[in-house]
Amino acid sequence: MEHLHSSTAKFSTTKSKLQYGFKRNWQLLVMLFGAFAFTFVFAYIPMYGIIIAFQDYNPALGIGGSPFIGFDNFTRFFDSFQFYNLMVNTFMISFLGFIIGFPLPIVVALFLNSLRSTKLKGFFQTIFNAPHFISVVVLVGMLYLFFGEYGLVNSLVLVFGGDRISFFLESEWFRPLFIGSGNWQETGWSSIIYLAALSGVDPQLHEAAKMDGASRFSRILHVDLPAIFPTISIILILSIGNLLSVGYEKVLLMQTGTNLQASEIIATYIYKIGLTGFNEPGYAAAIGLFNSLINVVLLMLANFTAKKFSEHSLW
Amino acid sequence: MVKTKIRSSIKDSKGDRRFHTVVVILMSIFAFLVLYPLWFMIIASVSNPDAVLNGDVWILPDVIDLNGYVSIFQDAQLWTGYRNTILYTGFGTLLNLVLTIPAGYALSRPTLPYRKLLLWVFIITMFFGGGIIPYFYLISNLGLIDSPWVLILPQGISVWNMFMVKAYYESNISNELLEAAQIDGADHFRTFWSIILPISKPIIAVMVLFYAVGRWNSYFDAMLFIRDESLYPLQIVLRNILIINDNASGGITGEDIYERLRLANQIKYGVIIVSSLPIIVIYPLIQKFFKEGFLVGSFK
Repeated sequence: MEHLHSSTAKFSTTKSKLQYGFKRNWQLLVMLFGAFAFTFVFAYIPMYGIIIAFQDYNPALGIGGSPFIGFDNFTRFFDSFQFYNLMVNTFMISFLGFIIGFPLPIVVALFLNSLRSTKLKGFFQTIFNAPHFISVVVLVGMLYLFFGEYGLVNSLVLVFGGDRISFFLESEWFRPLFIGSGNWQETGWSSIIYLAALSGVDPQLHEAAKMDGASRFSRILHVDLPAIFPTISIILILSIGNLLSVGYEKVLLMQTGTNLQASEIIATYIYKIGLTGFNEPGYAAAIGLFNSLINVVLLMLANFTAKKFSEHSLW
Repeated sequence: MVKTKIRSSIKDSKGDRRFHTVVVILMSIFAFLVLYPLWFMIIASVSNPDAVLNGDVWILPDVIDLNGYVSIFQDAQLWTGYRNTILYTGFGTLLNLVLTIPAGYALSRPTLPYRKLLLWVFIITMFFGGGIIPYFYLISNLGLIDSPWVLILPQGISVWNMFMVKAYYESNISNELLEAAQIDGADHFRTFWSIILPISKPIIAVMVLFYAVGRWNSYFDAMLFIRDESLYPLQIVLRNILIINDNASGGITGEDIYERLRLANQIKYGVIIVSSLPIIVIYPLIQKFFKEGFLVGSFK
């Protein structure tokens, strides 16, 4: 992410030789045009569509014909009995997921990096990265198979003398399953970025620390960890900005009638009331806008704090 | 390579060797946790379903039983889905490359007119969007509902990926090279075509990997926009086999569910294997590419 910030500075030294100006560079705009057009249509037009959050929207009348109702959709959501539950569920899933999912890849990267044999390191990495390529549908399908009434996990529970557990029917099992499977799938992949940062650590630093009698473990703490600190802080900012955007595609697949108490989150609720027959698009869009505004505010706060206390921020 | 040589010039202490052993053990446990579920699906898909449900299958297949695969190969819906997904992924990824690679290059050039403004136009979309409801009406107004194009066009560009391409070019192309081309009279189109593209293999490979895997694995847009069964991508077919049935029988317990499980489970294990086959085959081949390209192109 830092490149967004620093790239302009990087080129300033050679500025004089490069030829600026529209006449010489219009072809670059042509190369960018396709990406721009697609972004405009599929990202900016929906932003314009946010207007319906302030309307009693009727698709037949369109944005032009539907009546404006101010902030009614928002106040209705804040007053609704689902509001508290949805906020808590969404926040808890991402917060608990973050507590475990944020440090784990860092630890794995530090450990992998400390291995002497590059072959062994590559071998582990190949294994750890593999689950990333499994689709959500297959992952959730696996969960149903493994944690089903007659699944592998229940066989194991029986071996140890317990009773079968209905993992998918009891709402208290939803979060552990969601977060556990998420870490199973993404820990290896998320560690790549830290491994990349670690590969830039000067070996002489390790050598010098070794001369001073530093153990392998203390070198991880005092040489490796500081070296990846900028990366850690960037990822931290980004994760805070995503605190209220849970992977709803997976949640939706994991919902059963009986675990909704823990598994209904803002995004799945929006999907249900907006697109599956309840037909309240204006209301749903308002909840969606509320959700993404919180994310933007959190991101800015995190970035502001990072900027204030360290030199590693997004912008 | 050099790194390991330098490091070994001083001998490790006893404590260091012990630490190393602990790390290897921890990583091995993690590797086991990652691999075992995958291995179990393979053995469960070829074992007698009763043995699997009774919890008799742990390390190796019990009584070999290939009936699951026989029914899978007769499932027309699955193979239609397979074909559709290959088409969506193929054409979709091609579109992604055509849009992403030149755009990433253009953004990497400091001489791009309105560069700062354009960067922000793209950055904003990474952190803010209209949300799913306006998106749904956009697709509907474009007349894309129940059209195969809906699974190709809207995901035409990922801004994250485009920035990765931009970063790759920023750290891999020297300005001197481009200045030389400019002096020779080559315009940007020609420079891109004959100088830039030939040295872009690693980043193109990474982009193919990211986009193709994303397309192969996505189900949500198809669930929203595709009603016609003959247009279903593989993931929707999988969802119907793996998840919908389970949800429907969520409340029933005992003999009834057991009988249904017996028939369905083996097929489920097999379907997961069959649907993941392309990725399992391709993954080791592109490993080395994304190690080069991804690492270079990623945040530094």
